[in-house]
Amino acid sequence: MHTKTIVELAQGLKDKDFSCVELTQHYLNRINQSNLNAFITVTDELALVQAKAADNKIASGNANILTGMPYAHKDIFCTKGVKTSAGSKMLDTFVSPYDATVSQKLNQAGLVMLGKTNMDEFAMGSSNENSFYGAVKNPWNRLKIPGGSSGGSAASVAGGLSCFSTGTDTGGSIRQPASLCGITGLKPTYGRISRYGMIAYASSLDQAGPMTKTAQDAAIVLNVMAGFDEKDSTSAEQKVPDYTTHLNDSIKGLTIGLPKEFFSYGLDNEVASNIMTAVKEFEAMGAIVKEVSLPNSAYAIPAYYIVAPCECSSNLSRLDGVRYGYRAKDVKNLEDLYLRSRSEGFGEEVKRRIMIGAYALSAGYYDAYYLKAQQVRHLISDDFKKVFERVDVIMGPVSPTTAFDLGSVKDPVSMYLADIYTLSANLAGLPGMSIQAGFAQKLPIGLQLIGNYWSESKLLNIAHQFQLQTDWHLKTPQEC
Amino acid sequence: MSLSENQVSQIAYLARLSLNEAQLKDTTQDLNAIFSLVEQLANIETDGIEPISHPLHMSQRLREDIVAEQDQSALFQSVAPKTSNGYYLVPTVIE
Repeated sequence: MHTKTIVELAQGLKDKDFSCVELTQHYLNRINQSNLNAFITVTDELALVQAKAADNKIASGNANILTGMPYAHKDIFCTKGVKTSAGSKMLDTFVSPYDATVSQKLNQAGLVMLGKTNMDEFAMGSSNENSFYGAVKNPWNRLKIPGGSSGGSAASVAGGLSCFSTGTDTGGSIRQPASLCGITGLKPTYGRISRYGMIAYASSLDQAGPMTKTAQDAAIVLNVMAGFDEKDSTSAEQKVPDYTTHLNDSIKGLTIGLPKEFFSYGLDNEVASNIMTAVKEFEAMGAIVKEVSLPNSAYAIPAYYIVAPCECSSNLSRLDGVRYGYRAKDVKNLEDLYLRSRSEGFGEEVKRRIMIGAYALSAGYYDAYYLKAQQVRHLISDDFKKVFERVDVIMGPVSPTTAFDLGSVKDPVSMYLADIYTLSANLAGLPGMSIQAGFAQKLPIGLQLIGNYWSESKLLNIAHQFQLQTDWHLKTPQEC
Repeated sequence: MSLSENQVSQIAYLARLSLNEAQLKDTTQDLNAIFSLVEQLANIETDGIEPISHPLHMSQRLREDIVAEQDQSALFQSVAPKTSNGYYLVPTVIE
């Protein structure tokens, strides 16, 4: 059952091949036996209650395609009455008093939440090694990282521990783990999915999205997650189409842009050749390939590592041991309370980014760093604008390498380079996807698609057509 | 540019973080490595380029100033480390 897609499981539930309670119990058993460390909290009791309700709904003929679908929720989304930790000691005891809009929407759709997935602390990381709850293991090879920050979400889908999962992507946190775990991940246009109740890291970049086995499943989940929310001041008042409508459109004549900068120094040869094979597959399907250039994308890393830390330093100032979260014991005075609660509650990478931000935003440095980075963001955005006048979609690798060994990358700058191809879509606010496109040394490789604003339907169509022609998305790790 | 341990210690204090000696040494090294990466920004010509704060160039939406939320302070304070009579308790500030 756990290798099936949403579409297949919905059919199984409809045909009474299994009940939702049976399906949920099957996943819960698998989670309990798993050693991937993909979950921070398993909500087994709640899941079975929701499954029972879903069975009743199905029996009464009021079900939709997602009714009773067991999913894993990234622990960055607030869930009422359920621990919401964001992978941090700071929020280890935090039980959210309210639901994120995404959580509410998924509840309303009658889904079954299996638990909350492990992640890099406050979504800061590319390997899931920055979690207070320990690293997640890659289902394809337990000595490798699953990617980050949505590492638990990616591993749970790839490892057959959930039918799909939710993720968030600030600099690649959906696409990169999707790529390294061999699943499909979609980061929509900025503002497409509400950020309300999604614990903020860098507010002008954060965007939630679905992590699934297939593009078709991603379209089904996006239908529920997307939409305007007045509780999120940056939510877009853009109509939500039915994302499944155009999945079967022909992609004959599709123009694909390959940015030469995405095939530059640092790209692993095997990753490059698999990506080119995938591109040839598209050509065989009638697509036209053009070389394009995103000259400022080289500056995505420095711009991102100013913008994101500045916003995080401001966002995380709310965690001070007073209103919620960790409070240090036996403090001397109020200042000691702030200092010790924050120093003991935050992990190393989070502290590092807070300090980068604090410095870059301090008097006399704002223009040289934050303002400059926001100008560079404009240049990066303009590069994309020019390219999208010539092509329908941009393609390239998601990550320069396949999953690396757990514990092998120790210095922060080398870790930051893992996001070299994903950051620019966040800086420009564009939608991006990772789809399964091959293997190197038995580790998955993801093909990245970047589309113009609000082109999620087009991206899902392109990805679905590729998945009809290839079988990379059907491969599962040995243990599954 | 190179940050001294003294400067890093000040930055940490600005962010209300405290670092022990070993952490200060490591953090100084890490921050210097990160800032030398970030310094590349200085090489880019950005004269006359508008900085963007919203990726879609949208402006902040306004709404009518009406009560939209019910008072849930008791619920929200239930997750606080220490409260009393609707107040958050912290160590004494003024004797």
